[in-house]
Amino acid sequence: MSGLLRDLFKDYRFIIAFGVVLGLLALSILSAFSPFDPQRALQVPRAQPPSWQFLLGTTWLGQDVFWQLTHAIRNTLAIALVASLTSRVIAILIGLVAGYRGGLVDRILMSVGDTTLVLPSLVILILASIFLREWLRDLVNLGLLLAFFAWAWDARVIRSQVLSLREREFTRVSILSGMGTIRLVVKQYLPFIMPIAFTTLINNMSWAIGMEVTLAYLGLGIDPSIPTIGNMLQVAIFRQALFMGFWWWLLAPVGTALLLFVSLYLLSVSLSEYLDPKARVQRIGLR
Amino acid sequence: MSNRGVVLRTEQLKTSYVLHAFGRRVVVKAVDGVDVTIGKGEVLGIAGESGCGKSTLIKALFANIEPPLQHIGGKVLYQVNGAGVDVLSLRPQERRRFLWKFVSYVPQGSMSILNPVRKLRATFQDFLASHVGGQRAKEALAITDRHLTELGLPIKVLDYYPHQLSGGMRQRVTIALATLLQPEVILADEPTTALDVVVQRGTIQLLKEIQERWGSALVLVTHDMGVQANIADRIAIMYAGKVVEEAATQEIFRNPQHPYTKFLIKSLPRFGDRSAKESAPGSPPSLAKLPGGCAFHPRCPHAFDACRERVPELVELEGNRRVACWLIGGEGGEAP
Amino acid sequence: MNFLKRYLIPRLLQYLLVSFLGLSAVFLLPRFLPIDPIQQRIAQYQTFGVIIPPDQLEYMISTLRSLFGLEGTLWQQYVMFWQRLFSWDFGPSLARFPTPVSTLIAWHLPWTLGLLISATVIGWLVGTLVGGVAGYYHRSRATRLLEGMAMVVRPIPYYILALLLLILFTHVFPLLPRGGGIGIGVAPEFNLAAIWSILLHAALPALTLIIGGIAEHFQAMKLIVQTSRSEDHVWYARSAGVKDETVVFHYVIRNAMLPRITHLGLTLGVVFSGALITEIVFRYPGVGLLLYNAVMHGDYNLIMGISAISVMVITTLILLLDLLLPLVDPRVRHQ
Repeated sequence: MSGLLRDLFKDYRFIIAFGVVLGLLALSILSAFSPFDPQRALQVPRAQPPSWQFLLGTTWLGQDVFWQLTHAIRNTLAIALVASLTSRVIAILIGLVAGYRGGLVDRILMSVGDTTLVLPSLVILILASIFLREWLRDLVNLGLLLAFFAWAWDARVIRSQVLSLREREFTRVSILSGMGTIRLVVKQYLPFIMPIAFTTLINNMSWAIGMEVTLAYLGLGIDPSIPTIGNMLQVAIFRQALFMGFWWWLLAPVGTALLLFVSLYLLSVSLSEYLDPKARVQRIGLR
Repeated sequence: MSNRGVVLRTEQLKTSYVLHAFGRRVVVKAVDGVDVTIGKGEVLGIAGESGCGKSTLIKALFANIEPPLQHIGGKVLYQVNGAGVDVLSLRPQERRRFLWKFVSYVPQGSMSILNPVRKLRATFQDFLASHVGGQRAKEALAITDRHLTELGLPIKVLDYYPHQLSGGMRQRVTIALATLLQPEVILADEPTTALDVVVQRGTIQLLKEIQERWGSALVLVTHDMGVQANIADRIAIMYAGKVVEEAATQEIFRNPQHPYTKFLIKSLPRFGDRSAKESAPGSPPSLAKLPGGCAFHPRCPHAFDACRERVPELVELEGNRRVACWLIGGEGGEAP
Repeated sequence: MNFLKRYLIPRLLQYLLVSFLGLSAVFLLPRFLPIDPIQQRIAQYQTFGVIIPPDQLEYMISTLRSLFGLEGTLWQQYVMFWQRLFSWDFGPSLARFPTPVSTLIAWHLPWTLGLLISATVIGWLVGTLVGGVAGYYHRSRATRLLEGMAMVVRPIPYYILALLLLILFTHVFPLLPRGGGIGIGVAPEFNLAAIWSILLHAALPALTLIIGGIAEHFQAMKLIVQTSRSEDHVWYARSAGVKDETVVFHYVIRNAMLPRITHLGLTLGVVFSGALITEIVFRYPGVGLLLYNAVMHGDYNLIMGISAISVMVITTLILLLDLLLPLVDPRVRHQ
């Protein structure tokens, strides 16, 4: 494991991305020490520009931007994690079943998956957000809803991996020696599948964050009094932050979002290049 | 060596893969000082285990040296029309005019060198365009048609796309494309490995036919000793980037001298031979971390001090053979 | 004939199946409500202080039911849904009563399609071309610079890109109009002034989509061309002396076309969503803005109508792309 990290650190993209993500994670942990209640307004003087007292200034609603941001990062990351972990699980399950079973089951599963891929996820999410508004006030529920749209791609990838694994010698040997289907799949196939699912986890998180922000921007999504990056952005725009010159209020969520997206992307690219079997060949003589 | 003169010769050819990953630099010595000589119209087989460098050698013979492969030293000299051509030092323009016309390369998979989105006729024309002076279309067409007919391929084949042909047919078309201008030297890199047995036989026959008909020299790289026995005049055995033994085919099979060759021959199944087959103990070394001295010494049952310290050179023995081993033609003893 | 059977028909079937599933999802979703839209609406009216006598209430509820398409059993509703769909009837818009939803969509859809198709095509073309050249000369400084830029731009989602461009070109350098599709007071006719006004207003939204598209397609094409140099048929042709122009065009680019077009199809769903959100940011009068307003006003029918149309637009575009494939790749043509 340490060898893995050491190698990854040679990639400058990984270093930058890792640093940024670590910093943001630290901020989100900091939220536990926030002196202000994130959901209450009018706790500090309104609309103050950044200063030593208020690191990122304050909002028109009388909230400290910095501490709001720590909560926002925490909540947004939580949503993203729920969404991507859930969709990984779904993708693995469906990919395994479709790949191993084949036949009609496979066809049905893949058709359903393809449909979720092809349709405009935003539109359907908007539709769902409107009609499930009450249910969606909760963080976790939003994550679950997002997960629904995120499993199809990887389920396909995993399915084709399973298809090729099924044809390999060791599968036949295992079956002939009486290994039960579930044991076979879990013990033998999973180690191959895990790396695939993991590399896409990060991309997934990026997408989930994007969706959360978009939905919040449209006024849908979770309870607006709970700070997330999307909600902060929405409130700032709604209250004409730019027009009134409170640029710090808008910059905080936008800047954070940008940092998140770019660093998550760099992370996933450097990780997937590292795990790419073709790149591995080049590392043969290095051990 | 044939009496008709040398057509291809290498001088201490050295090519290595230089890899940079995660801040480290690794050099894989795929071809580590190789001297081979091929006579006109001769068939030389190059044999050895996977990873011994034979594919890299043949790529180097075709001047296909792309990064991360680098030309470290030595020469590849072709003797063409009375003049010597050092193919690796030609300028790209000249090299492109030289290759394919005088030397051609038949690769492993048959599909891979045929452009999948181009009809075969167009592909053949592309190749001929810069070799047949002035690109006179009619002349190019005639050459192609005549060549295909001579190789027993229907001319209709040209109207198809590569994926529409059967595997065997594709392989024959690839060979036809490779030998279109009746080259002096044909380099074949594992031409039979990816094929089923029936097609294998057809391919070998075809190569043999071409070689005999036009008097081309053929360098055949394959680990399949059966194929080598079938058509090679001489065989060179490679190990860890070097040639360790070279002799006429009969001699290699009947009387191998190098300990590695001995293991190789002993492990081949033969009619009536029911003895247990054993292979050489251990496995081939990583070309990035070669052992000191003779590369085979860790696995050789006869290794002694000199083997660990110094790299044996190829020594000429009588009967037109060469061996690189301290046991033979060096200190340490007579031929066992 | 064989081709029709092997390629055309499966694709058509897939198109119909996916459209069917998508539209059914659009139908089903609102019917899984924990909330009843009718009650919601009534409650809304009541908060405005409207007093509804009980007998009128019954009448109102049944009217709303029929307007929303919620009368009868689930199956009856489903059948009616499909019947109405085939006659383009989505009912009246509730926020702009009694304008039919289909009229509203018909007015706004061309703006979206115009923006979407032109921006996507331009982004794809430019990205692919530049990516192709960059991939061929992949060691040059210029290439590495471009790669770096693409790497930064690519993960940025469309709305943030839109916001950034908005701030940059309307606030920092006030060059372009803040929003809308056409200048206030300019009539949408075929004269130069109107066309110019339209183009100006479309510039920023289009730019957003184009930049996103270029970044993505540049990277994809560059990767393809870069790895194609080591592909057997490319290096063999080059070693054998095939002319450079022939190699670049017939051996490298032609082979790259198939994955490029497939890629375009796969991203359509995402690009469409991106177009909608971009329209919202720039108040561009397309379907996106319509959707936003519908959401704000709880315009049930309009939302349903837009969702249904969106599904159809995307699946149809993908079908068109699928039909383009055999023209480009002989492997698809002669299976």
